[in-house]
Amino acid sequence: MSRRLRLGVLALGAAGIAALLVAACFQLPGFGGESHPYGDRAVRAALARRTSNVIASVNFDQRAFDTLGEESVLFAAVLGTVVLLRQTRDERQVEPAPARVAPFVRRYALILLPVTLLIGLYVVAHGQLSPGGGFQGGVVAATALHLLYIAVDYRALERIRPVGVYEVADAAGEGAYLVVGVAGLLAGSAFLANTLLPYGTFNTLASGGTVPLLNAAIGMEVACAVIVLLARFLDQAVEIEEENGK
Amino acid sequence: MSVLPYLIAVWIFLVGCYGLATSRNLIHAVGCLVVCQSATYVLLLAVGYRDGGTAPVHSDLRPGSRPLVDPVVQALALTDVVVGATVTALLLALVIQVAKRHGTLNPDELSELRG
Repeated sequence: MSRRLRLGVLALGAAGIAALLVAACFQLPGFGGESHPYGDRAVRAALARRTSNVIASVNFDQRAFDTLGEESVLFAAVLGTVVLLRQTRDERQVEPAPARVAPFVRRYALILLPVTLLIGLYVVAHGQLSPGGGFQGGVVAATALHLLYIAVDYRALERIRPVGVYEVADAAGEGAYLVVGVAGLLAGSAFLANTLLPYGTFNTLASGGTVPLLNAAIGMEVACAVIVLLARFLDQAVEIEEENGK
Repeated sequence: MSVLPYLIAVWIFLVGCYGLATSRNLIHAVGCLVVCQSATYVLLLAVGYRDGGTAPVHSDLRPGSRPLVDPVVQALALTDVVVGATVTALLLALVIQVAKRHGTLNPDELSELRG
């Protein structure tokens, strides 16, 4: 098929889809309208379980089982990337040469490293109270480690980042989520039902029942997943070379 | 015009599709897929918006004092962002392997099968 013909077919299909989607848009409830039946019920359920961040309540209480599915997609994607980017037979690893870093970059990156790590942990721990949670906090915490790559060099990053340990921790995070779910089952209610722990006082750190625990499990998994992913891509860029030159 | 936000989501989706179909570089194609995906964020957040609403977080907001935007679609968009990022990473890993094995990133040149 020629390029021209292909574009014609594409234009035809796109016009059809566009017409259908636009027609569907006019059937949707108006933008900014008052009718949000699921939203209102979700807010009520979150307040009943004393979770002040309703989004955390939706993710880790009301549809915790769906979040398990999403978490598994994340886990599988990381697993696939690790398998795809492994070192093959005709490649070898070369030790990267240390590069010079401008002193102010080094200074500020090293100052910001512990601050970023702390913010990441804070965001995970306060997921049930304020905006944030395991997904966001995990990414922030994983970013913190890579400030060391910017501040010093690749070898410094590798010293604090044994990839194998983070791969195990990634799996442990996924497992911990399941363990919390099964614990609810053993305690005599449904899988992942938020009945295991007392709901606590509204707007304090110990509120929301199992929501903080699930947040912590997700935080651990996401942080380790991002570290492993970046490690594999950095390996490709910095270390792995083909046998016969690059 | 109250359907404009939805129409913008449709437009972003179609732009992404056009890019995917006409792309001559696999990295560019992965980027276009991400554009398609961001159309879903716009759609979800537009569906959940409520006039005068604020974030559905009660850390400094007395429950019931103000209308809240829909938390359900926000939760959906949130997990989509993280999962989308890792799936993008998986696709880019595939692109790296394609580039290594075939020495090209142009999907038009990837027609023959090899080892």
